[in-house]
Amino acid sequence: MSNNLTRRGVLKTGAVAGAGLALPTYLSAASHSGFTNAPTGSTVTLGFNVPQTGPYADEGADELRAYELAVEHLNGGGDGGMLNTFSSKALEGNGILGKKVEYVTGDTQTKSDAARASAKSMIEKDGAIMITGGSSSGVAIAVQGLCQEAGVIFMAGLTHSNDTTGKDKKANGFRHFFNGYMSGAALAPVLKSLYGDDRKAYHLTADYTWGWTQQESIAAATEALGWETVNNVLTPLAATDFSSYIAPVKDSGADVLVLNHYGGNMVNSLTNAVQFGLREAQANGKNFEIVVPLFSRLMARGAGDNIKGIVGSTGWHWSLQDEGSKAFVKSFGTKYGFPPSQAAHTCYVQTLLYADAVARAGSFNPCAVVEALEGFEFDGMGNGPTLYRAEDHQCFKDVLVVRGKENPTSEFDLLEIVEVTPAAQVTYPPDHPMFAGGALGTCNPGA
Amino acid sequence: MDAFLLQILNGLDKGSAYALIALGLTLIFGTLGVVNFAHGALFMIGAFCSVTLQRLLNLSSETIDPTKTDFLGNPLKVKTPYVESWFGPELGGTIIEWSVPLAILFAIPVMLFIGYAMERGLIKHFYKRPHADQILVTFGLAIVLQEIIKAVFGANPIQTPAPDALSGVVEVLPGIVYPAWRVVNFCFSLVVIAGVFAFLQFTTFGMVVRAGMADRETVGLLGIDIDKRFTAMFGLAAAVAGLAGVMYGPINAPNYHMGMDFLVLSFVVVVVGGMGSLPGAVAAGFLLGVLESLASLEVVISAIPGINQIIIYLVAIVILLTRPRGLMGRKGVME
Repeated sequence: MSNNLTRRGVLKTGAVAGAGLALPTYLSAASHSGFTNAPTGSTVTLGFNVPQTGPYADEGADELRAYELAVEHLNGGGDGGMLNTFSSKALEGNGILGKKVEYVTGDTQTKSDAARASAKSMIEKDGAIMITGGSSSGVAIAVQGLCQEAGVIFMAGLTHSNDTTGKDKKANGFRHFFNGYMSGAALAPVLKSLYGDDRKAYHLTADYTWGWTQQESIAAATEALGWETVNNVLTPLAATDFSSYIAPVKDSGADVLVLNHYGGNMVNSLTNAVQFGLREAQANGKNFEIVVPLFSRLMARGAGDNIKGIVGSTGWHWSLQDEGSKAFVKSFGTKYGFPPSQAAHTCYVQTLLYADAVARAGSFNPCAVVEALEGFEFDGMGNGPTLYRAEDHQCFKDVLVVRGKENPTSEFDLLEIVEVTPAAQVTYPPDHPMFAGGALGTCNPGA
Repeated sequence: MDAFLLQILNGLDKGSAYALIALGLTLIFGTLGVVNFAHGALFMIGAFCSVTLQRLLNLSSETIDPTKTDFLGNPLKVKTPYVESWFGPELGGTIIEWSVPLAILFAIPVMLFIGYAMERGLIKHFYKRPHADQILVTFGLAIVLQEIIKAVFGANPIQTPAPDALSGVVEVLPGIVYPAWRVVNFCFSLVVIAGVFAFLQFTTFGMVVRAGMADRETVGLLGIDIDKRFTAMFGLAAAVAGLAGVMYGPINAPNYHMGMDFLVLSFVVVVVGGMGSLPGAVAAGFLLGVLESLASLEVVISAIPGINQIIIYLVAIVILLTRPRGLMGRKGVME
């Protein structure tokens, strides 16, 4: 017997056996649906990928609270929240297409590789049909790429870099949050009316994708007003003490400091700037001003009194008085005892939007969902009438310009809304140079 | 010139935290022979002593104000700190405002105890083990302490502001203004450093400890319980790190990973200063702080981009190549 075994014979047998083993897997995947993780039982699994450890863990915890609330509402529990105010009425409170919604969670750690690994595990091991969440653009871009390859939908959490729906856009990914360009477009007119059109700005910028695109956007928007950008200094993401970057600002000839920082960076650089007396300083015969283009109430709390009077932009705020926002604040506040953050709002809305798209499409197939979301116009989810643009999967809605409140009445009452900038004012053409490069591609159903 | 002087001040200020942490690391290494990777966590716990005291002082009674409403439209709960109800709003408010200086008094006993408990409870079991084991266990301890703080206080930074009288800026040299609290921090660290040196130099206890550092066996043979004194030195080192943490709080809001941010740099400081040399640790702390700040000067960055991020390691390499024992290292330590 052993004499009959030749090297060639073994290879042949191996190849045939391998092909035979591979075939049924392929057939079985294709036979029931033709897309990754098609739900077969009475439930459907969503994957919530949020920072549960690391510096953004508090924001991640708030995202997770919002997701739990969204799942509860989708399954017909609670008071229904925004399902009552959402303009689309495809969802009936019986899960998604009659399948009860279940979820698994992953920890992004705010690191691209960890976030990809947790998303991959949720897709491959837990059968998640959609991945959502996150608190950083680096993570969002990494996970969006992974979801495109795996053939599942990615509903981005907090990501503000232009690149997410610019050069790194993907057909399977959708962003509800606004971006750096929109912050610039919303802030510029307010900055002009508050501080005039003859200003010299000094930028400190976190040295990664989000920082670069935000700096570019804010500089372009303010230069269009007549402001001059005197300097832009890149600061390492791991920096903790910003004194050596702040100290030269006063004698640079600038009269505005723009802090393109988020999270711990923002808390420390703003605290240092206030310590060095920039809030009371005079330059070029004017009061020195500080601008934080992207504000998060959750993070602003870490900066304490230092945010008082500082202007910035934010995606959503619990004090908004539209019906959708009020309904969401009520559900969330009743369940958890404090108002939701903008991260919570984004994640809650993203979950409902995904579920609604599936219901309208009548299918969990990612390509059907993409088709249902592209060009989708809706209202009743906060921020007024909203569009998910087909060309780049960026959401267009009102942007809030806010200011740190001088006399807060509670620990949540940190920001006051200065202006609600209408969506039309922050809309840009899909081929805008800041979003150039990269292509959306076509949807990938996987399997 | 002003920019240059400002960066020197920034460097001295940063250096004071490096120097205090490195001083404690060297004390522990010199006495107990342990490389303590949990030392950064002690710095962080010091800062959270300040947060804890602030929370304690802000413990409040709640009354309901029916005329105002909260975010859900329910009657607003108004909080009045007990301190204010006991001492009146004025004195109570002042006590709360001065919570960071008060935290110095609070942190000393707490940190002495934590240091003592750490040494007796865990680290003493590792004296006879290789350095690699000591590094692993102390590093693990640092992660555990960090996660405990995160579980209790959350991941976001928490402000511990300096009292108003010590906030704002002061004119340190004609035409040069600098944040008042940073000046206080620098002076305070000089006092602490001087205190530690005086304690070792001029007290009998310190003399025995120094003798033990030089020759542990002989001191033991003279009938002195050197272990007990070394445990006390561990407590002292923890207290020094903790005080550095309290004083650093108003400069940058404390968060759970601030210890790790300082740990690696502090080890570089110790190695540059010379393993086991206390004056070396202090001198290297200030030296590297100043160099780090000077490397952020615009003329320097534009000449050599990115130099501000690597300067400390570059200097460490040069010093170790030219003086392998560090600036003030003695023969026979870690060799």
